[in-house]
Amino acid sequence: MTNTLHRFGDAQSFRDDYIVFAIASRGKNEINAVPRLKKFLEIALQYKPVNLGDARHGGALRSSKSLNPLAHWNRNDKPDFEMVIAGVDVATTCAAVFDNLEAAEACTKAVREADLGLSINISTSIQGAQECCKAAGICRHSAGYSLGFEGKTEYLPNSDVLKVATMCGHGMISTSLAKKMIDWVKEGRRTPKQASAVLARFCSCGVFNPSRSTRLLEEARGRTK
Amino acid sequence: MRINPDKCVACGNCTYVCPMGAIYIDPVIKRATIDRDECVECYACYNGMSQEHLNPTLVRGMRKIFQLMRLRFDPEPDVCPTASFEPDELTWPRVVRRAFSDPRVPHESTGVEGRGTEEVKTNDISGRVGVGEVGFTIEFGRPGVGVWMRDIQQMSWALADANVSFEKKNPITSLMTDVKTGTLREDILNEKVMSAILEVKVPVERAEEVVRLVWEVEKRIDTVVALGVGTRCEVDGTENVVAPILEKLGYKLERAKTNIGLGRITNPGAAQPQMETVKQ
Repeated sequence: MTNTLHRFGDAQSFRDDYIVFAIASRGKNEINAVPRLKKFLEIALQYKPVNLGDARHGGALRSSKSLNPLAHWNRNDKPDFEMVIAGVDVATTCAAVFDNLEAAEACTKAVREADLGLSINISTSIQGAQECCKAAGICRHSAGYSLGFEGKTEYLPNSDVLKVATMCGHGMISTSLAKKMIDWVKEGRRTPKQASAVLARFCSCGVFNPSRSTRLLEEARGRTK
Repeated sequence: MRINPDKCVACGNCTYVCPMGAIYIDPVIKRATIDRDECVECYACYNGMSQEHLNPTLVRGMRKIFQLMRLRFDPEPDVCPTASFEPDELTWPRVVRRAFSDPRVPHESTGVEGRGTEEVKTNDISGRVGVGEVGFTIEFGRPGVGVWMRDIQQMSWALADANVSFEKKNPITSLMTDVKTGTLREDILNEKVMSAILEVKVPVERAEEVVRLVWEVEKRIDTVVALGVGTRCEVDGTENVVAPILEKLGYKLERAKTNIGLGRITNPGAAQPQMETVKQ
């Protein structure tokens, strides 16, 4: 999955977007990977992530199959990180999302010291990832560059919508819902934080960045074009 | 996916959450309805929306009263008040839609969730892209447009014609009847999916040729394309081979997924990666 690679925005737009993720490889190191993935998430939790997730079960904000109707007046928007860690039950991809470089650097360093044996990747601006590596005293092994969107780009929505919706690279956050949330923020019907929580529940692997989304929605609020 | 008309109250919340825009309120039956052709079985509606279990008759009655009084209830936008969504039992070939659209379902061919490929994320232990090589991930349909399998075949044919080999551990490759020609199974060509990735690898000298080929073919395909380029860094972590080629072609490199090389083979008996170089 290239779920975090093609986020829309320039390097400056990723100043509050750092995803560190651990992945087990089939046939190479997936045996006994579950406790190591849990360990990865526990390490990440120490550095105050804005989201945690596993690719099989979702992120720290999830939908409910039996929502209490009274939730409309008192929705719980608090991420449940412990639920994510407890829920990891297969060798998969686990991700931690940070909204500042210092936390991402510290997490990278701690993960290196833990020597989990899993492949670790950092998805952010090229410069941001290099700084994380430098802080941890390691060199990049491989890089996967995003060249952005091409082809029939006339089908794409405006850049405010794209920046928000592409934070789920699997496409689970519809551009219509992202546009609706931007509009609701403009209308004052939801705060950027509340709207970000709505969007985060659709991300099925927990890589959505509610902190960046809140900033983007705040910025979009005042834009008239 | 289907919407149970006995339960649906036509609140319209789901019309926004469908990534393909395949849900609408049918004016005749006054219920939310799914356009089966456009639905990619991603389950965003079923998995993403929270569900209440309210009495449909009661909700419809309240909505009618609110409408008469020109009052608007301001419910949470990600809730189905009557839990109307019901997953279908999917059979071949429609099940292909879900495999390439619902990221929680691991691909049968690779065992990997999401779009089903590890790409360079595990390159530190797989050796998938070696020194002197460039790996391309050509993803169709994202974000929010979707792609028909027949359109992907346009690209796979062109790449095969150019004598480019496809990554074996990739779900699209596994659906080819002939990897030499890039031909996909005929019975899946009319299936639409959220997105899918063609994955190829070439010597670095052919990188520009592949990019130009993708540019040419994507003009004929009715969707968006997201191009990713994977490469091995030097021992000191620098990468001064592929990036200049991409920049020369006009790309501004902003974002990357960086494998920091901490992986280790731990499965008993698993083979060490073979860092062989592709022959020109």
